[in-house]
Amino acid sequence: MRIVLTIVGKDKVGITAGVSRALAENNVNILNIDQNIVSGFFNMVLIGDMENAKVDLATLKKVFEDLGRQLGVEIRVQSEAIFTAMHDI
Amino acid sequence: MAMLTIKDVLETTQMITQNNLDVRTITMGISLRDCCHPDIKVCAAKIYDKITHKAEHLAQVGQDLEAELGVPIIHKRISVTPIALVGESCEAADYVPLAQALDKAGKAVGVNFVGGFSALVDKGYTVGDRKLVASIPEALATTDIVCSSVAVGSTKCGINMDAVAEMGRVVKATAAKTADKDALGCAKLVVFCNSVPDNPFMAGAFHGVTEPETVINVGVSGPGVVKHALEAVRGQDIGAVAETIKRTAFKITRVGQLVAQEAARRLNTQFGIIDLSLAPTPAVGDSVARILEEIGLESCGGPGTTAALALLNDAVKKGGLMASSYVGGLSGAFIPVSEDEGMIAAVEKGTLSIEKLEAMTCVCSVGLDMIAIPGDTTAATISAIIADEAAIGMINNKTTAVRVIPVPGKGVGDKAEFGGLLGYAPILPVKTVKPDMFINRGGRIPAPVRSLTN
Repeated sequence: MRIVLTIVGKDKVGITAGVSRALAENNVNILNIDQNIVSGFFNMVLIGDMENAKVDLATLKKVFEDLGRQLGVEIRVQSEAIFTAMHDI
Repeated sequence: MAMLTIKDVLETTQMITQNNLDVRTITMGISLRDCCHPDIKVCAAKIYDKITHKAEHLAQVGQDLEAELGVPIIHKRISVTPIALVGESCEAADYVPLAQALDKAGKAVGVNFVGGFSALVDKGYTVGDRKLVASIPEALATTDIVCSSVAVGSTKCGINMDAVAEMGRVVKATAAKTADKDALGCAKLVVFCNSVPDNPFMAGAFHGVTEPETVINVGVSGPGVVKHALEAVRGQDIGAVAETIKRTAFKITRVGQLVAQEAARRLNTQFGIIDLSLAPTPAVGDSVARILEEIGLESCGGPGTTAALALLNDAVKKGGLMASSYVGGLSGAFIPVSEDEGMIAAVEKGTLSIEKLEAMTCVCSVGLDMIAIPGDTTAATISAIIADEAAIGMINNKTTAVRVIPVPGKGVGDKAEFGGLLGYAPILPVKTVKPDMFINRGGRIPAPVRSLTN
């Protein structure tokens, strides 16, 4: 299953590093990263592949909830399906 | 597959986190036609067993999909074969035990409503229909999650005025039996013209006789998303409004379609339909009335309301139809007064009357819905309100419904409190001139001519 991570919050050093490390630890492969900073706000959309992941989606959500709290940003983890249904016609 | 852009992803996320995008309901339709038995205890046991077996995983699948997709799925519900048909073979005098079986089964599988304590009497009553309708007040007073509906007319059959007269009395009796809860029983009772067999929304859901053994129907929502999208086209012409609503409805419906297909697959049943609806909640930012005001009205209920609503309703359908393989149910903007923050505000301001609501039902889904009226409104007046609404449905070939709540001991200036999603409602005045002689005539209004349509 492909997943979408949406990371939104105040920019600071180490957000991308922290997110990538957590994905690597859980063996989730990064397929694409799209990131920008708009007036000090960090926006990142990351698409990952969970095919060989060590954990299931529910566990991964929990991992990123905790990480989001540490980094002071909001991290949502969702199946890619909802986005492709809405935007890829 | 094209890669998603940051703009697309953030748009979806904003719809969910800021504009109350949700899937309003996953409703599993279950046929109970094989549950008939002369002994009502056996019939009730068969109903309980079938529902708890077929819907065993419904709530869990809803929760799983909500977690995976990150979109709230508010309700998991069940609709069943109209109980008048299932109970007809029972020798019992009333069908209250069957309502109690539905209640118990629904609670056991963790759904929040079970629809289908219903009878279809468009043209007349069978023995089972009579027993069912007579059982409604007690059934709604002694259960928590059972919903009831009675179809009293259709474009093909005309209007059964005997049933219209009886339903006025049934609404009053239901109010009396649930008087301690502001007549909450009436919030679970709908009277239809042109009822539909695949509606996933309560209180009017039932699993029609043309439906398969089990089916998944999904109702989408998203008034807040439409309101937000329209904020970007302020000052532009009305074509831009229609176009924006269509685009937004398309996106909302795609989410519903995804959830419906996936839920049906996981529950090993078939996907029935998506109900293209804008279903409001009492939450701020989830109101159909506020969309009409965003289109340019000072307050919902004033002149222009019917035209703005017609535009909204039509554009939602046009956008939604493109997004789903199968569309059905009630499909349109709902205007339940107590469940819509903007409607409540309009009633409190005095700009929205029951007469204007009646006009609005000519151009949208579904009818006079969740309207609190004075407790001393007579059964005949309620019947006459039902007859008016049924006539609109019959002549215009659309579904219409009445869900009014005559709140015992309360009058204009008071509020009825239902709690939760059912919200609260200021009591609307109803004209007190008597329709009694009209209602007491009984009989049937003949089916209408479908040509010479003026």
